[in-house]
Amino acid sequence: MHEERSQLMQTLFGRLSLEAIPYHEPILLATFAVAALLGGSLFGYVTYQRKWGYLYREWFCSIDHKKIGIMYMVLGIVMLIRGFADAIMMRLQQAIAFGDAAGYLPPHHYDQIFTAHGVIMIFFVAMPLITGLMNYIVPLQIGARDVAFPFLNNFSFWMTSAGAALVMVSLFIGEFAKTGWLAYPPLSGVAYSPDVGVDYYIWSLQIAGVGTLLSGVNLLATIVKMRAPGMTLMKMPIFTWTALCTNVLIVAAFPVLTAVLVLLSLDRYVGTAFFTNDFGGNPMMYVNLIWIWGHPEVYILILPVFGVFSEVVSTFSRKRLFGYASMVYATVVITILSYLVWLHHFFTMGSGASVNSFFGITTMIISIPTGAKIFNWLFTMYRGRIQFEVPMLWTIGFMVTFVVGGMTGVLLAVPPADFVLHNSLFLIAHFHNVIIGGVVFGVFAGINFWFPKATGFKLDPFWGKTSFWFWFVGFWFAFMPLYVLGLMGVTRRLSHFDDPSLQIWFQIAAFGAVLILFGIVAFLVQIYVSIRDREKLRDHTGDPWGGRTLEWSTSSPPPDYNFAFTPVVREQDAWWDMKARGHQRPLQGYLPIHMPKSTGAGLLLAGLSAVCGFAFIWHIWWLVVASFVALIGSAIAHTFNYNRDFYIPADVVTRVENERTRLLAQQG
Amino acid sequence: MLVRMLPKLLLPVLALLLAGCETVVMSPSGDVAVQQRNLIVASTVLMLLIIVPVIALTLFFAWRYRASNTDAPYDPEWNHSTALELVIWSAPLLIIIALGALTWIGTHTLDPYRPLDRIEAGRPLAPDAKTLKVQVVAMDWKWLFLYPDYGVASVNELAAPVDMPIQFQITASTVMNSFFIPALAGQIYAMPGMQTELNAVINRAGDFEGFSANYSGAGFSGMRFRFKALDAAGFDAWIAKARAEGGALQREDYLQLEKPSERDPVRWYANVPADLYPAILNMCVEKTKMCMSEMMAIDANGGMGKEGLFNVSHLIYDQPRARGAHATIKGKDYVSALCPVPGAPAPSEHAARLAP
Repeated sequence: MHEERSQLMQTLFGRLSLEAIPYHEPILLATFAVAALLGGSLFGYVTYQRKWGYLYREWFCSIDHKKIGIMYMVLGIVMLIRGFADAIMMRLQQAIAFGDAAGYLPPHHYDQIFTAHGVIMIFFVAMPLITGLMNYIVPLQIGARDVAFPFLNNFSFWMTSAGAALVMVSLFIGEFAKTGWLAYPPLSGVAYSPDVGVDYYIWSLQIAGVGTLLSGVNLLATIVKMRAPGMTLMKMPIFTWTALCTNVLIVAAFPVLTAVLVLLSLDRYVGTAFFTNDFGGNPMMYVNLIWIWGHPEVYILILPVFGVFSEVVSTFSRKRLFGYASMVYATVVITILSYLVWLHHFFTMGSGASVNSFFGITTMIISIPTGAKIFNWLFTMYRGRIQFEVPMLWTIGFMVTFVVGGMTGVLLAVPPADFVLHNSLFLIAHFHNVIIGGVVFGVFAGINFWFPKATGFKLDPFWGKTSFWFWFVGFWFAFMPLYVLGLMGVTRRLSHFDDPSLQIWFQIAAFGAVLILFGIVAFLVQIYVSIRDREKLRDHTGDPWGGRTLEWSTSSPPPDYNFAFTPVVREQDAWWDMKARGHQRPLQGYLPIHMPKSTGAGLLLAGLSAVCGFAFIWHIWWLVVASFVALIGSAIAHTFNYNRDFYIPADVVTRVENERTRLLAQQG
Repeated sequence: MLVRMLPKLLLPVLALLLAGCETVVMSPSGDVAVQQRNLIVASTVLMLLIIVPVIALTLFFAWRYRASNTDAPYDPEWNHSTALELVIWSAPLLIIIALGALTWIGTHTLDPYRPLDRIEAGRPLAPDAKTLKVQVVAMDWKWLFLYPDYGVASVNELAAPVDMPIQFQITASTVMNSFFIPALAGQIYAMPGMQTELNAVINRAGDFEGFSANYSGAGFSGMRFRFKALDAAGFDAWIAKARAEGGALQREDYLQLEKPSERDPVRWYANVPADLYPAILNMCVEKTKMCMSEMMAIDANGGMGKEGLFNVSHLIYDQPRARGAHATIKGKDYVSALCPVPGAPAPSEHAARLAP
């Protein structure tokens, strides 16, 4: 074993050895086989089609915000499947592991699964999906041709992907953390988690965190500096407003996560004592710091989907959004308040009554602007003409589901109630109620809403509705039993139960999870069927829903340059206003358009970061140094790349726009 | 379709919620938990005042203003109403004011650190009432309960007389856990090197379940104990049994007990030294260790400057308890290795002696 390894092997491979490959675990082997099969056939298919060059040039190196947005969505959906596989494995284990039956997952495996599930769903599903939506839509909504820093955008995406890749690698080389998704010390310290799991956790989040932070800076600068003339702050589309607030939160919150993970790394790698038991370390400091990031993170996820719902509800009610100003103020108030509530995640850690009350009451206050938003959507529907297209179904499903989650959230904010509900399955039900009922429903609403913009054809409504109903009903079946179990005093993260009377509830929850599985499958079928039937679902107008904001004024998919002429904004719903004024598309006078040039630097830098992270995880010090030097060297070298921009010639713009004119005329 | 199906979908949900009323959190046996339950019910009712109308209005508007219903009024430009805005901001505000007041009062009266002033609703605590003191240590992965007034201790079984206030002092040996008996009172974290407190009383005799409510590693699922609420005679008998059957719990025995184990049987200890719990709390059960309280006293007096380096090996706590086969902790030894303490064991042999 380790003692017997030669010094040379130790130097070359650090902690990494053949033992790290879990070939003695049949579940992981089967997973690996499936992953290898799928990955292999995908690789083979792309090779057979000779598409590698195309993929590399047109997508991987692309710094077009639209392509990057789509890549974020693909990443999010792929990781959703991984995260959901974890979820259904947990549901199955909890449904069968009663009394003498130990279930099929031993604790060391089960504990990795719930940790990975949380980490993946938050960092590599929810974050990429909302970042993808913002990336795609925000520049279009504000009439811009790209984001403020196009290369940074590509780099951010690849850093997020590199983090996700490290999490996936942990499946087959070594293991993932067994600590819960926030890795509280002392458990996550080197004394109580000596293996590589927590290191995988740290480095995947650090690398992805760089991507998230830079993408936040980028979108913030884009929204602040690149709005079309006339688009004052109070004329911005509401989705852009929520994106602005979310990116403010990202820029302010993610450095805290980076810092706290650096401190934890120092504890683990060089023997400092920030969060250890000994030498005056203080684990509670970690808990405070991680939640100072963690609570705003919740709003980072939910605010953009509030924006999505606002756009959807007014579009499909064929009516202006009710209370635009109050919606904006509600968003801003939530942004500020989200920094004043973090302690409600650990009322039970022994704070005094006054401290607990303060944080309990600030938490409840957040429900006031949130409630105002719900009412605003409600009164947008009032006296509207509501079309139950798929995005609207998700929105109504959200409204009835989310308020229940909001209610249980406020209940958990009452400290004495939290004392009996904290860490229980009631809490699990609550945050899934708001994250699935809010973020996931919102992302699906957004995907169904903007898919025709990105591709030029609508998503198939039948499979969309099927997916919605499976998700919606599945959600209630999967999580209502958890509320009950929480009231029965059942705590989270248990892999085995003694009390047989609980089993029926876990079985109902497992049934709900299966329904959600059908929902996910139906969504994938929806994508497939829509691509197959794309000619039938084709939309040439660029405005299939009768949209209100600028993204609907250009073609679908938009040309590389988004807008041939920068639009001029006079009203809140700029495109609705332009249509009402009888706006005529200019048909001549096109000029060359200045655009940024694609580069592979982002992919290279992120790849080197992933290698560096992997080397850190396995203590392969020579590789740490080599990849770090290469990383810094490549970054510096990239600054000497002056070949960064080009002009789309006027005749190309003319050709593209004339084609659109022709299609529009065909449409009548 | 949505509108028509929803009531049917919500019905089983309501049934679930009603089923929730029979549960231990909603029908507990200790006065503190009862008050916490009451607060849950009151808050829920307050919030339902606004949640139910919102859900009902959502469904009603969705149905009433469906595109096919051309009889309904359509007002595409209507987007503002000061009166409505006032209502939609102030209605939640009023509810939150009421709930905030409830919260402030409830949080202070149910502060786990606050000694009880009543046994039950309508039964104030007699001024001379006796309080049972219990010291709780969350270990890998079992619970140790020490009764300082009786000199006994038990593993994975806690006993208390009915209607007598109990004061828990809670700590842990390695990682964070949470001490929770749902029938008795809300939980509070158990953390190494730190002490939390809980005051509670059990009003009905019975055999209840207690457990850790904060994930602490591989043995977490089995980290459960029985809480026996006994009458006065029963409790005396329980103490007597512990005294009669219990083994010794000297410091060496504690260090043995502290080693990770799962699903331990109930065990009793008699003649538990009074200084054991303070030593556990201050992380100095090993005699070679400096207690945190001593270190803090030194620091409060300005520390010892470079002389303080001599203390390093006395403050190592996590390393001897490290989990895992290949556990290594770097960097902690070298300072004391540079400055060996005269007469004290060198760090390496020191660690070896404590290693399992």
